[in-house]
Amino acid sequence: MAHGPAKGLTRWLYTTNHKDIGSMYLWFSFAMFFLGGIFALVIRAELFQPGLQIVEPNFFNQMTTMHGLVMVFGAVMPAFVGLANWMVPLMIGAPDMALPRMNNWSFWILPFAFAMLSSTLFMTGGAPNFGWTFYAPLSTTYAPPSVTFFIFAIHIMGASSIMGAINIIATILNMRAPGMTLMKMPMFVWTWLITAFLLIAVMPVLAGAVTMMLMDIHFGTSFFDAAGGGDPVLFQHVFWFFGHPEVYIMILPAFGIVSAIIPTFARKPLFGYSSMVYATAAIAILSFVVWAHHMFTVGMPIAGELFFMWATMLISVPTGVKIFNWVATMFKGSMTFETPMLFSIAFVILFTIGGFSGVMLAIAPADFQYHDTYFVVAHFHYVLVPGAIFSITAGVYYWLPKWSGRMYNETMGKVHFWLAFIGLNVTFFPMHFSGLAGMPRRIPDYNMMFADWNMISSVGAVLFGAAQLVFLYNVISTILSGKKATDEVWDNPEGLEWTVPSPAPYHTFTEPPAIK
Amino acid sequence: MSAGTYYVPEQSRLPIWASLGLFLTVFGAANWINGNAKGPYIFLVGGLVFATVLWSWFSIVISENMAGKNSPQLKRSYVMGMGWFIFSEVMFFAAFFGALFYIRNLALPWLSGVGDGADNGLLWPGFEAEWPLLTTPDMAVNGDAATNIGPGQSMSFPGWEGMLGWLPLWNTLILLTSSVTVHFAHSAVKNNNRKGFNIWLGLTVVLGVVFLILQVEEYIHAYHELGLTLQSGIYGTTFFMLTGFHGAHVTIGTLMLFIMLMRSLIKGHFKPDDNFGFEAASWYWHFVDVVWVGLFFVVYIFG
Repeated sequence: MAHGPAKGLTRWLYTTNHKDIGSMYLWFSFAMFFLGGIFALVIRAELFQPGLQIVEPNFFNQMTTMHGLVMVFGAVMPAFVGLANWMVPLMIGAPDMALPRMNNWSFWILPFAFAMLSSTLFMTGGAPNFGWTFYAPLSTTYAPPSVTFFIFAIHIMGASSIMGAINIIATILNMRAPGMTLMKMPMFVWTWLITAFLLIAVMPVLAGAVTMMLMDIHFGTSFFDAAGGGDPVLFQHVFWFFGHPEVYIMILPAFGIVSAIIPTFARKPLFGYSSMVYATAAIAILSFVVWAHHMFTVGMPIAGELFFMWATMLISVPTGVKIFNWVATMFKGSMTFETPMLFSIAFVILFTIGGFSGVMLAIAPADFQYHDTYFVVAHFHYVLVPGAIFSITAGVYYWLPKWSGRMYNETMGKVHFWLAFIGLNVTFFPMHFSGLAGMPRRIPDYNMMFADWNMISSVGAVLFGAAQLVFLYNVISTILSGKKATDEVWDNPEGLEWTVPSPAPYHTFTEPPAIK
Repeated sequence: MSAGTYYVPEQSRLPIWASLGLFLTVFGAANWINGNAKGPYIFLVGGLVFATVLWSWFSIVISENMAGKNSPQLKRSYVMGMGWFIFSEVMFFAAFFGALFYIRNLALPWLSGVGDGADNGLLWPGFEAEWPLLTTPDMAVNGDAATNIGPGQSMSFPGWEGMLGWLPLWNTLILLTSSVTVHFAHSAVKNNNRKGFNIWLGLTVVLGVVFLILQVEEYIHAYHELGLTLQSGIYGTTFFMLTGFHGAHVTIGTLMLFIMLMRSLIKGHFKPDDNFGFEAASWYWHFVDVVWVGLFFVVYIFG
């Protein structure tokens, strides 16, 4: 297999190469990140002042829905799959993914699925307007006709995710170079192994949920209709049985990325490797028994409230282990603060803030106060933006020299970091206050008393959005004209990916490498 | 291919066409369901593209294997792929079994006013929780004006005297037998017994078809004589969705086994030590069998 990439467009359409497919996933995710970001800016523009200024309430609801769907399924998940495609074979000494043709299929479903989802914006009755959690009966009895297209888009995205996850599991379990035992695998590989298991376990449940919706809407079933003996709350149970593991699908690979970056720039091996592995597994197992903490106010029996409250709080134990290990890795290290490290440190601090507000929300009696307020919005944006987005960004800066063979502009990277860091905190920190003061989620207009915090949030959102343009420019200019990177790129980094040349050749490890 | 090197396939047109076919299929289905006259045609074109791609995809995989291109490692990847695919199917059914559990054990009692939550008895006065649910909350409250009507009769266990005429029992026996026959077929191919393999596999396919015929019979009976339809409240919903998805999976499984039979009869495929195509189909068959046993207990016996 000495041949390089094919020429022209068919290279991308017909490829079976994990690096090509990884790049396509990452660019697709980047595009969706900007699309979802535009939706977010429409939301923040409307909320800049109280009163209705720019959009109709129904369109506002479409924006919150599409922002959530595009960011979760279009930006964050494909970015992690893209990183897995690029890095997992390089990290375990494999020549490619286990099932390379299916790999390309997993990717190419996504542009079709998101074209279909985005096209709902132009349909009669508008795009889905029931929130990204699409609770029945808003998403069934009161849904716009475009909901059918939304349902099928979810179906094929789910098929893409399941095939991607099967591929990653088969790659990790079957394709490791001889000597790469499970407990020698980099944390990123471990976190992805566990993430892939979660994906295969819960994406079919999501498919079940949307299928029940489809049947209720068009074929007269009564899953979510109390008049026929069903229950709208059933929807929430099925959805969150998917949705809570989904939350960890969007954060476990982030843990893996940060666990790769912090040791490099602290110049110390990762503290407590095996406890990191066990903590990741513990988080994944617990993620299956905490789902109803999203539903404390729907009228569950007290036993249910208590069970889900305690189980949720239990998650902070393995998560705390991880935070401790990252901090201990940095302790007395010879730290330098290149862009990937800045994003990783910000990840540790800000994700911890999001974790703390999570513990607050987990307390069932207190949650009755916070439920469906901007406090929840602040919480999950603190875990997703500095959690998922910052770690992906850190990973891109960390590995871009390996992918492209060129070094990014460090000054521009730092500018990007500080703009994003300030922008994100200015956007989301005030939401804690407006939420605690009682501002509800998903409304285009609000009481005058929330005006100041909302104006600040909107200014922060513009800043955060501008920061991402710096990112885009930096990535493109690196690929086109960055300085040549060395093979090691960083100061003595750990891992097989640094033993191959920069840029990584089209085919790597066609003979298995020797593992120490 | 030597043991030390890996398999990296050439470029392939299959994935992009499979994506296009899948997209057209669901895009057509969505248009069709929403009442667009072009929908069925888009759906049909998509389905044809998708089926053609799958056909050639499997053909290519088979011919690669026959040409000896597949390393033991790649074969392991296929085995793992099938195993995890079946696990994803298990979770899909889990969503529907879970829904049935929640409805029967929690939602219906709460609807009838039991429990320490909000008093649903105020919303649906006079509603009694029962399973099978013949009287929906709508009927309990609105009587003859109700639009959400429960079934006339259920599919539950008719008691010992009516047992012999009870189709689900026969269906259970048929599927359990077919799991045994497909296992015999597997043993036969491992012992290089081509004739035995064809006979046992053929018998399995016949049993699968008989099961499907009886299932159609049962549905006709339900629709025409029991007043039990997909629209019959939550009982009809869970009954038809669970047995319907199971039936769809039996159809796919029968088709898979039928194709394996044709491969054996016409092409002489499968060797004692190399028969994963068949084995994967048999795993799938055992899986739909286990799902049926679950259905038999929670939908029929204790239904």
